Amino acid sequence: MLAHLKQLEAESIHIIREVAAQFSNPVMLYSIGKDSSVMLHLARKAFYPAPPPFPLMHIDTTWKFREMIAFRDRMAREAGMQLIAYTNPEGLARGINPFDHGSALYTDIMKTQALKQALDAYGFDVAFGGARRDEEASRAKERVFSFRTRAHRWDPRNQRPELWRVYNGRVAKGESVRAFPLSNWTELDIWQYIHAQDIPVVPLYFSAPRPVVQRDGQWIMVDDDRLPLQPGEVPQMRKVRFRTLGCYPLTAAVDSEAEDLAGIITEMMVSRTSERHGRLIDKDQAGSMEKKKQEGYF
Amino acid sequence: MTLQSRATAELAAYLEQQGDLGLLRFITCGSVDDGKSTLIGRLLYDSKMIFEDQLAQLEADSRRIGTTGGQIDLALLVDGLQAEREQGITIDVAYRFFATNRRKFVVADTPGHEQYTRNMATGASTAQLAVILVDARKGVLTQTRRHSMIVGLLGIRHVVLAVNKMDLVEYSQARFEEIAAEFAEFAKQVGIPNVQPIPMSALTGDNVLQQSRNMPWYDGPTLLSHLETVDVTSDDTAKPFRMPVQWVNRPNQDFRGYAGTVVGGKVRPGDRIVVLPSMRQSSVQRIVTFDGDLDEAVAGDAVTLTLADEIDIAAGDVIALADQPAEVSDQFAAHLLWMGTEPMLPGRQYLLRIGAVTVPAEVTELKYKINVNTLEHLAGKALDLNELAFCNLALDHAVAFDPYEQNRDMGGFILIDRFTNATVGAGMIAFGLRRATNLAWHKLDVDKEARAKLKGQSPCVLWFTGFSGSGKSTIANLVEKKLHALGRHTYVLDGDNVRHGLNKDLGFTEADRVENIRRIGEVAKLFVDAGMITITAFISPFRAERRMARELMGEGEFIEVFIDTPLEECEKRDPKGLYKKARAGKLANFTGIDSAYEPPETPELVIRTQEISAEDAAEKVVAMLRERGYI
Repeated sequence: MLAHLKQLEAESIHIIREVAAQFSNPVMLYSIGKDSSVMLHLARKAFYPAPPPFPLMHIDTTWKFREMIAFRDRMAREAGMQLIAYTNPEGLARGINPFDHGSALYTDIMKTQALKQALDAYGFDVAFGGARRDEEASRAKERVFSFRTRAHRWDPRNQRPELWRVYNGRVAKGESVRAFPLSNWTELDIWQYIHAQDIPVVPLYFSAPRPVVQRDGQWIMVDDDRLPLQPGEVPQMRKVRFRTLGCYPLTAAVDSEAEDLAGIITEMMVSRTSERHGRLIDKDQAGSMEKKKQEGYF
Repeated sequence: MTLQSRATAELAAYLEQQGDLGLLRFITCGSVDDGKSTLIGRLLYDSKMIFEDQLAQLEADSRRIGTTGGQIDLALLVDGLQAEREQGITIDVAYRFFATNRRKFVVADTPGHEQYTRNMATGASTAQLAVILVDARKGVLTQTRRHSMIVGLLGIRHVVLAVNKMDLVEYSQARFEEIAAEFAEFAKQVGIPNVQPIPMSALTGDNVLQQSRNMPWYDGPTLLSHLETVDVTSDDTAKPFRMPVQWVNRPNQDFRGYAGTVVGGKVRPGDRIVVLPSMRQSSVQRIVTFDGDLDEAVAGDAVTLTLADEIDIAAGDVIALADQPAEVSDQFAAHLLWMGTEPMLPGRQYLLRIGAVTVPAEVTELKYKINVNTLEHLAGKALDLNELAFCNLALDHAVAFDPYEQNRDMGGFILIDRFTNATVGAGMIAFGLRRATNLAWHKLDVDKEARAKLKGQSPCVLWFTGFSGSGKSTIANLVEKKLHALGRHTYVLDGDNVRHGLNKDLGFTEADRVENIRRIGEVAKLFVDAGMITITAFISPFRAERRMARELMGEGEFIEVFIDTPLEECEKRDPKGLYKKARAGKLANFTGIDSAYEPPETPELVIRTQEISAEDAAEKVVAMLRERGYI
């Protein structure tokens, strides 16, 4: 394995063990994407031969691609870990969806609020997340152990200093920490590591002919009959893949010929757009990710 | 060739080339407006790490809030938080990633402003190199010195002095050399051995990636070529083996492994090891990983060790090579950078975290503060935010460590506030203090239990706390009278009386108040040890000190009695005329007036003097002692 990947791997394992040792009730947020796959793999390494001493939790918005759910269940089983799937019951009852309610409200209710509810309901004092600092400007400034108030708020102007490999995981009752073991990985590191370690990922990352419609210059996949077609839209088959997997109407596909890992990595080497380009929710307003994070979004 | 197989072939070539890419972690620091964020933006931009969509966003942002008159403002790439973009300053460390064909880089862009020095220390603690920016027009400033000091202190051995904005001094060689010479002098004093000065302009790109045509007199490396080639290997693997145990792995009866990251040296199966601080010895049996057992683990590896013998090891212990063990002590001398908004006070208890262990600790002596501009030593009783000092610390129990100079992971520690849980200090151990081992507790044959038994009582301390004039001394006096009448052995430590003798050298500053209570706590402990029911009557305004006193005593020996009289009432009574003086400004640091009182959160007893008489209050205290079996 490449020297820098070995270094990143060891650093992440150190962080994961630190979390398990310092907190009483950890949970690993599992979003089924490539970063989650790497994080889960590292957690298994950290505690081998024992299974990781915490459950996986998936905040299920009910708008994930169908392939993702099957994949999720299989991975949890293989890791020997308990899987908690949580959906905001109120959001579900009211039928909150990205089409009728807009992406901002939908994301708030089905992701941010759902996450806070789940963390409170289970009393988790720390949650692992797979976020990386290279993803977005406000994430570039977040600590590995990122403190949250009782109301799950992040205060970017008052973060705890974090030195060496010494992490401060002390919280009062009701407060919590979001821990980011992949902080120092880049998107390319993730793919190189998946390649080196042969880590399973959802097939949607690989290019294949898929039914899509074009909206605002981006390809939206028609995953099931819940996607309302606009007048004049006719799904067409195109060879596309996903660089990032969010909820399916909010994540656009890109034209690609990359059918395997080697193809993805070579494609990335010449890529001229960032991965969050396909995430529609980041662009609602300037500083939108920072705002969401302050409110408790991962 | 099909597309897929071409990709596979390309990838193989690419991976081969990447195989020996190292990772360089560096920080950029300098004063406000020296152009740090612009420089990093320039590195990312010129090394083609900016994607098209990010560029489009950048152009839009530059038009909206840029400071470069509609030109692309590269600083906006780096200043991620909205508050920073709007104020045009950097308030927290931002981590950036880029790669060239020769190296991968993690850059920590650290804030220049003095109030964010602690954030800079965060970035510096993991860096191998520092790029210190200086504005060519302004030269070496106070901030430059402060940052260099911290860089040296945190053990960064390589510095690039980036003399920026050369375009604004007409690319003057003389100006560059003047600044370089001034800095070299300071760098020597703060222990930075390797300095590479480079004249540049981040705005125009001169000497960042491209050799500058405007400065033909400079024949040194450009910034990027220096970063790509500088040798920063510290050879951690040549150090003695160390591994703090993070996690004891016991999936079943047959497996007992110790998981941790090797922070120095290397280890192989069969090596004789010692567990610190317990000093138990064994040898390494296996080095277990998910990918199979290893023949050797080296510094930086995260592994799980199994040992030949079943010995008791807990998370937080350190496994070291038996014939090169780390030091073990409960006292050491260290440099301390204060990062808390409340001042550090000697004698106040904090939590210290080093390696994988957390222990209660206090600064026993602030030997001197260090003026970071002149490196001058100054006397001081407290340490404020962003101040640096050399101190002695005492820990609740011994831990394993190495001097920071020898091993960052074994000698670096943080201090945590016990109430807010904030990280308030960063320390670097200089050396252990042998006092701990020389000064053993003299064991006496007649012990506390024996003394108490003879007196027919359980010794304890009744710790009265409350405002001046709340009635502490009055009630304490009555309680002692009642106990005395019952034939109990008692003693009252009263605030004013103690300040006439034992503590007459102390004033009323926050630092002196902490020391006052520390001494009272220790004296009370001796009285309890002597078997006495001890009553203390001190304002003792801070929770931290009351907790410290509580922790000095044994289980159940500390009874906190809150004499709860509102400030207005105390001021009305004003038995000694002190409130009047304080209000007139003739008495500084008076509790309730210009110094805080932190009421107890869970006192054993609350006495509301507005509701009951002093006589009844005393009776209530005695009744409680009876109920709880002390008398």
